[in-house]
Amino acid sequence: MNDATTTTPRPGPPLWLLAELTYRCPLHCVFCYNPIDFANQTDELSTDDWLRVLREGRELGAVQCGLSGGEPLLRDDLEVIVAEARRLGYYTNLLTSGVGLTAERARALKAAGLDHVQLSFQDSTREMNDFLSHTKTFELKNRVAQIIKDQGWPMVMNVVLHRLNIDHIDRIIAMAAEFGAEYLELANTQYYSWAFQNRDALLPTRAQLQHAEAVADVWRAKLGDRMRIFFVAPDYHEGKAKKCVNGWGSMFLTVTPDGTALPCHTAKMLPGLTFPNVREQSVREIWFDSEGFNRYRGTGWMKEPCSSCEHREEDLGGCRCQAYLIAHDPTVADPVCVKSPHHALVVEAVERAEAGVAVATEHPLVFRDPKNSRKLSTLAS
Amino acid sequence: MTALATSIRPRIGAGFRLQWEPAQDCHVLLYPEGMVKLNGSAGEIMRRCDGERSIDAIVDELETAFNASGLEPEVLSFVEIAGKQRWLIWE
Repeated sequence: MNDATTTTPRPGPPLWLLAELTYRCPLHCVFCYNPIDFANQTDELSTDDWLRVLREGRELGAVQCGLSGGEPLLRDDLEVIVAEARRLGYYTNLLTSGVGLTAERARALKAAGLDHVQLSFQDSTREMNDFLSHTKTFELKNRVAQIIKDQGWPMVMNVVLHRLNIDHIDRIIAMAAEFGAEYLELANTQYYSWAFQNRDALLPTRAQLQHAEAVADVWRAKLGDRMRIFFVAPDYHEGKAKKCVNGWGSMFLTVTPDGTALPCHTAKMLPGLTFPNVREQSVREIWFDSEGFNRYRGTGWMKEPCSSCEHREEDLGGCRCQAYLIAHDPTVADPVCVKSPHHALVVEAVERAEAGVAVATEHPLVFRDPKNSRKLSTLAS
Repeated sequence: MTALATSIRPRIGAGFRLQWEPAQDCHVLLYPEGMVKLNGSAGEIMRRCDGERSIDAIVDELETAFNASGLEPEVLSFVEIAGKQRWLIWE
């Protein structure tokens, strides 16, 4: 099936298991990567299903377990799931907005063996934070950061950057340092799902990005090892494709609230590909034998310009979801790459951001909530 | 740069966890959303870093266990690197 120059190697273990426990969420972030039609997916896996998935993943060699959502704290069996994950030998990471993390719940999660909390912040100013997340959460996050420190957990703070908050970067970093975060991830928005809906309003200008990187560099020099700052560059502006989740089906396994197993959080949007469900197949069968995980592994699926490109092993053709969203074909090169025949579409989006033509009245922000989800799903079908 | 004293008692840093992974046939050091795979000697040194044993004691144990001698420089240099990464801490 594959010729001599393109191969699909037998994958190693799925080192990272991301358990998306629920799509329910008290926030309504405009850059959320949960699927647009999340409101139609209300059938969540049971506690026993999750415990089985954890066991099967661990048997394959998974070591990192991310507990995410939606807001994972909305699952009242979170402590049970954490305790089993920890007992099995996972390093357990809770990815949370902090809404619902009381001191009491934090103590229970600590007792269950939770290793680490990643707390997401939308912005450092209350007004902007409330605007972007559409709920009054900033004061609460201040409190939650203290609750996390009180339990002795390492704290990673994650802030998703975009046009509307990136100019606040100095205050964002100052706040993270004040809260005692060990790591700060300044992650430029990735344009999928809700963020793609809102792309014109969220894409920053080049000047905004350069300013933000310069400010981050100043803080890095000032803080040294006390707080490590990661600046995740936006791929629209770089002209360079990145490996999707370190390579499709190479180390990353997501299980969505209804049990669908995916090679990345957003892969379910891809047409012409069905993904297995953990209710029907074991994690082993899913990882090694399913069409959903094998389709884009390695380089054998590639077309030109990827198949003869000298960088094909480094970027593995980039992101399949981005190819589908921008070029309407998941089998072509990631359009962020300058060699992609569809790259002009990315340039056009970046130039629109430069010109600042996306005014709010033309493109009002679409907040991630069940009502918008049902509306957009109806339009799509 | 001052050399480390062999009397220090290193232990695994906060937020890190050392464990043996059969699937990878090595010791790994886990931390928030990441993992370091340790080679054989790093694993053997690190699993003895419990905050009780001094570097002197660790060197003695390793030399006995592997029927070797003169391991002190290797152990010291690894502990120094691991300290910079905060994998190991000590008083």
